[in-house]
Amino acid sequence: MSAYPGQDGLRTPLKVARGLGSSKTGVHHWWLQRVTAVALVPLSIWFLFLLGGIIHADYSVVMASIGQPVHAIFLIVFVVCLFWHGALGLQVVIEDYVHTRWLETTLQIALRFGALLGALACVMAVLAVWLTGTAYY
Amino acid sequence: MAEFTLPKMSQVRKGRHFAAKPGAKKVRNFRVYRWDPDVGENPRLDTYEVDVTGCAMVLDVLLKIKNEIDPTLTLRRSCREGVCGSCAMNIDGENTLACIKGLDELPEGDVSVYPLPHMPVVKDLVPDLTHFYAQYTSIKPWLQTESSPGTRERLQSPEDRKKLDGLYECILCACCTTACPSYWWNPDRFLGPAVLLQAYRWIVDSRDEATGERLDDLDDPFKLYRCHTIMNCTNTCPKGLNPAKAIAEIKQLLVNRTV
Repeated sequence: MSAYPGQDGLRTPLKVARGLGSSKTGVHHWWLQRVTAVALVPLSIWFLFLLGGIIHADYSVVMASIGQPVHAIFLIVFVVCLFWHGALGLQVVIEDYVHTRWLETTLQIALRFGALLGALACVMAVLAVWLTGTAYY
Repeated sequence: MAEFTLPKMSQVRKGRHFAAKPGAKKVRNFRVYRWDPDVGENPRLDTYEVDVTGCAMVLDVLLKIKNEIDPTLTLRRSCREGVCGSCAMNIDGENTLACIKGLDELPEGDVSVYPLPHMPVVKDLVPDLTHFYAQYTSIKPWLQTESSPGTRERLQSPEDRKKLDGLYECILCACCTTACPSYWWNPDRFLGPAVLLQAYRWIVDSRDEATGERLDDLDDPFKLYRCHTIMNCTNTCPKGLNPAKAIAEIKQLLVNRTV
């Protein structure tokens, strides 16, 4: 039977099943995904309250609200957790379904840079409002 | 990419129809997956009209088909009482053991019978479990120790023995593993629920001294962490065991020694 990769009839089934062995790295990913998930529960609720407070407010009120140190810091923590958690989750989806090696590697790298850029852009935006009082675009 | 559709040669076609014998009383239709490696045709679904008088379990019906209607039907069976795991197959969409699946447990209408999903088929209802067994071997399913046992057997407290309940009963029928979508997508690297439950059986054994090495071997994104707690394993286990819980315990132990 040649049902599994590397199974050519000459290698023993145990050789195929063992593969390259354990990478000994799984637990960190799993733990970080849980930690960011738990952190996002109160942060998301807080974020909704913040949004509710400023969604109909004037530009200057919104700027002042985001510019408050407590709000700015929580916003930064929120977006970092959000992008981190999202990247960890999407990484698993790619690992699950994309088995074309070059495509998988490309997507994994693109995902990491994309998440990093997204988080960085959000953090910079909050910092700009906080420290200069104006939006940076 | 993961395959979401069947390859052309695996697509199941309509098969033969075996009408009930005259005078049959309690007739029920069984639609059975058939594939013969020697013919080179696509798999087909044969329909058997069976008089199920005197048949309590699905296995009784399959053996009646083989004995009285179509001797070419191929299946594995041995103990006929849910202990050996040989007759694991997909009955009415659920992986289970044909020998302990009562006809009265099935919904009305035709009964479909397929081999275990997403495994290479040897013939008809017989899947190729070579890789599954090799994965089981890879977790070293035996007691590993460095200390000498001394002059007598290795003792275990009743409390520690209790921790093996719900684990030692696993008969390795592969119902759970072949019901797991994560195993369907990554069977080459993911160990699957049955093998992980067996791995936990040795991790939690108070007499085993290789606990750390066993956890080392599982701390891998694919071997263990392809499990996304889908729970098909626990839902389908014909022995009523909970592989998903055993896997969660392994993940917990890995966190305990890391954080």
